[in-house]
Amino acid sequence: MSLPLPVQLDAERGDFYRRLLHDMLRIRHFEERAGEAYAQGKIGGFCHLYIGQEAVAVGAMAALREDDYVMSSYREHGQALARGLTSREVMAELFGKATGCSKGKGGSMHLFNASQNFLGGHAIVGGHIPLVTGAAFAIKYRGTDQVSVGFFGEAAVNNGAFHESLNMAALWTLPALYICENNRYGMGTALERAAAVWDIAHRACSYDMAAETVDGMDVLAVFEATERAVQRAREQQLPTLLEMRTYRFMGHSMSDPIHGHYRTKEEIEEQRARDPIVTFRAQLQTERLLSAEEFDAMDDDVKAEVEDALEFAEQSPDPDPEAVWTDIYR
Amino acid sequence: MATVTYREALNQALREEMERDPDVFLMGEEVGVYQGAYKVSRGLMDTFGERRVVDTPITELGFTGVGVGAAMVGLRPVIEFMTFNFALLALDQIVNSAAKMLYMSGGQVPVPIVFRGPSGAALQLAAQHSQALEAWFAHVPGLKVVAPATPYDAKGLLKASIRDDNPVVFLEGEMMYNAKGEIPEEEYVIPLGQAEVKREGSDVSLVCYAKSLAVAHKAADILERDHGVAAEIIDLRTIRPLDVDTIVTSVNKTNRCVVIEENWPFCGVGAQIVDEVQRRAFDALDAPITRVTQLDVPVPYNKQLEKLTKPTPARVIEAVQHVTYA
Amino acid sequence: MATKVFMEALSPTMEEGRVTSWLKHEGDPVTAGDVLAEVETDKAIMELQARGNGVLRKIFAPDGATADVGSLIAVIADPDEDISSFQPTGAAGGGAGAAPPAAAAEAPLAAPPEAEPAPPPQAKAAGDGRTKSSPLARRLAQERGINLATLTGSGPGGRIVKRDVEAARPAPAAPVAMPGAVGYEDVELTQVRKTIAKRLVQSIGPIPHFFLTREIDMERVWDARQSLNSLDQEARISFNDIIVKVVAEALRQHRACNAWWQDDHIRYFNEVHIGMAVAIDDGLITPVIRNAHVKSLRDIAAETRELAARARERKLAPEEYTGSTFSISNLGMFDIDEFTAVINPPEAGILAVGGITAKPVVEDGEISVRRRMRVTMSCDHRVIDGATGARFLQTVARMLENPLAIVW
Repeated sequence: MSLPLPVQLDAERGDFYRRLLHDMLRIRHFEERAGEAYAQGKIGGFCHLYIGQEAVAVGAMAALREDDYVMSSYREHGQALARGLTSREVMAELFGKATGCSKGKGGSMHLFNASQNFLGGHAIVGGHIPLVTGAAFAIKYRGTDQVSVGFFGEAAVNNGAFHESLNMAALWTLPALYICENNRYGMGTALERAAAVWDIAHRACSYDMAAETVDGMDVLAVFEATERAVQRAREQQLPTLLEMRTYRFMGHSMSDPIHGHYRTKEEIEEQRARDPIVTFRAQLQTERLLSAEEFDAMDDDVKAEVEDALEFAEQSPDPDPEAVWTDIYR
Repeated sequence: MATVTYREALNQALREEMERDPDVFLMGEEVGVYQGAYKVSRGLMDTFGERRVVDTPITELGFTGVGVGAAMVGLRPVIEFMTFNFALLALDQIVNSAAKMLYMSGGQVPVPIVFRGPSGAALQLAAQHSQALEAWFAHVPGLKVVAPATPYDAKGLLKASIRDDNPVVFLEGEMMYNAKGEIPEEEYVIPLGQAEVKREGSDVSLVCYAKSLAVAHKAADILERDHGVAAEIIDLRTIRPLDVDTIVTSVNKTNRCVVIEENWPFCGVGAQIVDEVQRRAFDALDAPITRVTQLDVPVPYNKQLEKLTKPTPARVIEAVQHVTYA
Repeated sequence: MATKVFMEALSPTMEEGRVTSWLKHEGDPVTAGDVLAEVETDKAIMELQARGNGVLRKIFAPDGATADVGSLIAVIADPDEDISSFQPTGAAGGGAGAAPPAAAAEAPLAAPPEAEPAPPPQAKAAGDGRTKSSPLARRLAQERGINLATLTGSGPGGRIVKRDVEAARPAPAAPVAMPGAVGYEDVELTQVRKTIAKRLVQSIGPIPHFFLTREIDMERVWDARQSLNSLDQEARISFNDIIVKVVAEALRQHRACNAWWQDDHIRYFNEVHIGMAVAIDDGLITPVIRNAHVKSLRDIAAETRELAARARERKLAPEEYTGSTFSISNLGMFDIDEFTAVINPPEAGILAVGGITAKPVVEDGEISVRRRMRVTMSCDHRVIDGATGARFLQTVARMLENPLAIVW
């Protein structure tokens, strides 16, 4: 399957494009500083960085409404930030502090903000795909025009939860949007070594479900594909599977070397040429929709925000010991 | 009062709660058109339609997750497992999703859902269809586990479970569905977490739940008639949260305790009860607590062999004689 | 190592015992604490326990044989140990000769699968010197001031359980402590009293008895008993129970009659333990209602019934028929109008109770028919003087004639 041609820029939409760039840059800088904080021992546990995949979260989220439901996997810092969670509450959660978006009880893999309908990072591969389907079921049950969106990696599509969900979403015509971020590796196992069919979008054929393959390094392509899928969900109550072809520039988690044994340095260098931030910035500058000064200001802005978030996380208190006994039952 | 079966009591609870709260719906295999594998949902589809009585494909993991997801955004699903043996396929959704959501979201995302269906051995269904897995679920903080033994309790507890804001594992029994009992005409709800003294006695406390209540009653009758032993029967009704106070009050009176449980002995429900009682009523005990459980084997198909594996009144009497030094 | 099995002193006064039956037979493995045999003492049938582990190799005193306390009646040893040097030491006679080893002991009941396994025969169950007891038994023993080491456990492996503690009674030397009161008071003899004692003994035998008799009107007690028993059919309170209660209360008020002669001093008790003479097939035994002064009528009735029943079966433990401070003998049921009872030393008094009979009585110059009962108190003159005993009897009579006075 060939990828669609790059989206043509519309000179009228400069502010929107600059916001997309800003949001990607914000995630990039946040993740770089989170990686450093992890190295300093300030963040514990598993920490999966999103560097390289920013266009997927930012492009997709830009097509959603505030009342849509969003769930993601454990590599969800980017989706949380793109959804509108503050850098402070996300960084504080990574630090395990009481001021974190999950009160320090969830950590990197379980970011939640119910008021923004951001319903979690979930850390069992594929486990949240039925939950996304369930939220879509609830939307249909209530008869609203919301959409339920789920992000997951390409490794999850070999999992039963994925197939059971797609079957029910198609069978019951649910307003669900399944966004597969194909970053080519399930931890250290390449897609080709795990899947019989390499075109993820083809998986939707089994369920007669709409699907698209999207250049996940092109934020506008992501945005527009998501818009089409969202429209299908809102207007026809039909689910869609979107395969976003992307790449992670970092290791699987912080305990994983950047390339390791499963991929080469050269491959990463080659992919870095597709860096969604670098390419989109160049595109905007070529089209004279972004000046060097504007970019510098944007860069300063996100850096200041992330520095503030680090400071906030650092200064925030640990949860009260009593908190260990709360939120088990309601 | 009206005399109904355990099955009808459950049906009434579902019907009343669905009438009361439009967010309540029933989902599972064969619950609708087929009217329920064990006919618990008989007639509900006619009343509430396909929207609220949802037949699913045979995909326990998938539809359980759908239920949890719907609960996360505010609906109150009742998920029926044709038997709880099939719930093993959905364990990830029950344990990793439902039980953990409130905690790992820092209290933001409750999961008000009921997982219900028959549990434990019926008759000659062999190893894969005869498991009593209450201890598996009761092990998990975040889940509540309910196991009613009578039609009255089944109705009141199912209504309470549906109204509860937490995931509730509601264990029924194929062998109990036809059991008859009286229930009042007016509406009632039985709070979760309260055991009930089903029979008063002074000599030994028989702690039981679900199908083991009937075993306890039979044993108590024989103990009274032939052995002059007055057994007190504590029906747990809810396994988690466990009503330890009621058990301890009884043991303080009788000084002896026998636990009758459907599950396997190793790390079973009774093991937890033994732990609680020995810590809270150590000085009241005149004998070690004894357990009557499913034998520690997979359930065999052969009728005679299967009989050997289940708790029986005879085994309970033997255990009582052991703790009363008779 | 071999363990000698002796005829043990199983009651305070036992001098010889008769082996009624061996529960273990030659060749049986035994563990310390196992019951080897039932032995009939002068008072009851008692259990003889093994004091060592091994095999019951030789029985010298077969079923039915009588042996002196301290004589060798059996040997426990390892299966292959040489026991030829062991010979019976004391008189052992009667019986039908040594019984052959029983072919097979009754098969033990299968324990429930979850039950704790019985200790293997060779395990040092009770032989390790540790007293095993249930948590409840320990608590009860502590509350009642009972030394667990003095009890024999009837549970698995000799575990002392609730029923063992309940069957036990505190030893006389360590009576249940009353809050704020010592169990008794020892009073040194004055010279006058020593002289009286000596002279009276010379006069009439070891215990100088004298007797006080009076008649008591029982009309009100009759009515009171009827109405009490109509309240609770199960309670079944007898006249004797009422007399025990009244005597106990009177003794509380007249400590001078609640005493033991101790040769060089008199022991006055603050607690009342009533000995209740019970006829058994071949004699008499006096089970004790302990602390009768603080017990309710219902409790006294229940306890008396239970003790009397076991007394007739000769199942009383020694501590259940010793330690009384005063005794009552009632022959009213045999239609005896009046009699004298012999003091049970070292007690200082005993009350002989006759039957209740209707008879004409002159009252305020009128003759009426009343139910009357005659009692005779035997007193040890070394302890009780005439007036002392008479005042005590006066109190007894007053309470029986006005039953409410019991709670006055």
